[in-house]
Amino acid sequence: MNSRITDRIATGVFYTIAAIMVALLLYLFYFILANGLPQVTWDFLTSESSSYKAGGGIRDQLFNSLYILVITMIITVPLGVFGGVYMAEYAKPGKLTSFIRSCIEMLASLPSIVVGLFGLLIFVNKMGLGYTIIGGALALTIFNIPVMVRVTEDAINSVPKEQKEASLALGITRWHTIKTVLLPYAFPGILTGAILASGRVFGEAAALLYTAGLSTPSLDYGNWNPLADNSPLNIFRPAETLAVHIWSVNTQGLIPDIREVANGASAVLVIAVLVFNILARWLGSVIHKKLTAGK
Amino acid sequence: MQAAPTKETIFQVNDLNLWYDDFHALKDVNLEAKNNEIYAIIGPSGCGKSTFIKTLNLMINMEPGVRMTGEINYKEKNLLDSRVDLVDLRRNVGMIFQKGNPFPQSIYDNIVYGPKIHGIKKKSELDEIVETTLKDVALWDEVKDRLKTSAMGLSGGQQQRLCIARALATTPDVVLMDEPTSALDPISTLKIEELMTELKKKYCIVIVTHNMQQASRISDKTAFFLHGHVVEATETSKLFSNPEDKRTEDYISGRFG
Repeated sequence: MNSRITDRIATGVFYTIAAIMVALLLYLFYFILANGLPQVTWDFLTSESSSYKAGGGIRDQLFNSLYILVITMIITVPLGVFGGVYMAEYAKPGKLTSFIRSCIEMLASLPSIVVGLFGLLIFVNKMGLGYTIIGGALALTIFNIPVMVRVTEDAINSVPKEQKEASLALGITRWHTIKTVLLPYAFPGILTGAILASGRVFGEAAALLYTAGLSTPSLDYGNWNPLADNSPLNIFRPAETLAVHIWSVNTQGLIPDIREVANGASAVLVIAVLVFNILARWLGSVIHKKLTAGK
Repeated sequence: MQAAPTKETIFQVNDLNLWYDDFHALKDVNLEAKNNEIYAIIGPSGCGKSTFIKTLNLMINMEPGVRMTGEINYKEKNLLDSRVDLVDLRRNVGMIFQKGNPFPQSIYDNIVYGPKIHGIKKKSELDEIVETTLKDVALWDEVKDRLKTSAMGLSGGQQQRLCIARALATTPDVVLMDEPTSALDPISTLKIEELMTELKKKYCIVIVTHNMQQASRISDKTAFFLHGHVVEATETSKLFSNPEDKRTEDYISGRFG
């Protein structure tokens, strides 16, 4: 067989595989949105879910998802960024560093149900938190930290060496160099990573089943006191998120409109994750342009 | 033209040896660089000239596996035995790299970056630093109307001069230059060379260059490095017109390297 034919076959194979991937994705989107979007009304988004009647909404679940996301990121981002700075700038290549690195990678590949059960054991039972938002956020932190560490490390390593040299050669200390040169330069990369991690957090169900719980107390959105039991801002209350809601409605729901609610919630979830991804790309490129070009 | 006969010694390097792990990169290097002089370091690729210049402000410590013996005396203080304060050292020993490496910030912010972190807060003082240093590098007239625009918009030669201004802003007494014109066109190169002759009135300059014409045009002293050894180090005029060592002669006449 001559090389020209082989080349054509290889090209054909690549195109076919790419086409299959795109087609699958498009079909998935079409399926979820076509079934779900008709259910998504203003009323659906802003009314409470019901446990046995038809016509319940997803207001609390949507809020819980966003709130857990925010709490998770508040914990994850600083820890992950500092960890990434350590790995990129302070860790000396050697046995200890490669051990730390494999630990981080292992953490990233833990099945989320295992993280959920670990959370149940440690946060819910041992620490006595019960099913809470903070317990859920801590469980999510466990498998998001590795992502943040990795993203930060890569972003810092991609800062041109000349930039770092320029600063150090001016007699600027290492910490100041990190703060004023490396982190700003790496910021678009870190931000993109953080938003992509958000998408994962938003869609996570298994890790939250046993940590944030399957129920939400009735909430009063006028009550902004974070210590009150019925305040949506209380982090020590149980909180069923959107992804968990989809699961629980499907497996143990008593409402007659299970399909409609699940489809609608799925559509909202998919759109939210999509928005996160587009936002990440857009913000990343805008900030990168601002930092590097600006002629 | 000639300054006072007793020039202050800035660097006195004695028997400096340097290894990267097992590789012996510098062997028994001895050198003396004085104030108000341009000291050129020439030699073929891999001769250790860039390694050497990086030892003078200890930027070499960034490389993994570096080991050094001997003495690098900077104003009678040995950089290798006492615990030197790197911050102080590098403020006093500025460095210019092969390619201009301004920060992706405004021209103004690039220059005040060092002084600000070293504690100068007053706007008027910072303004003055910006104006003096930019005038020192003959860039003031070209950029005075756009100090707040990004430094990335400058040409390669302007960027390199901006980097020199940025180094001068921390008031050093030495400027190290590691092949500062190798990425520049002839006209920008000429400007930087003129600038160096101007700067030597105030500073000690050590420059690594692979351009022998450049070394002979601007420097007062020249050292020829080969395989980590200093083959010959003397007055530039003598080294180029009447070299003592056969290898020096071969190199400057273009027979290798």
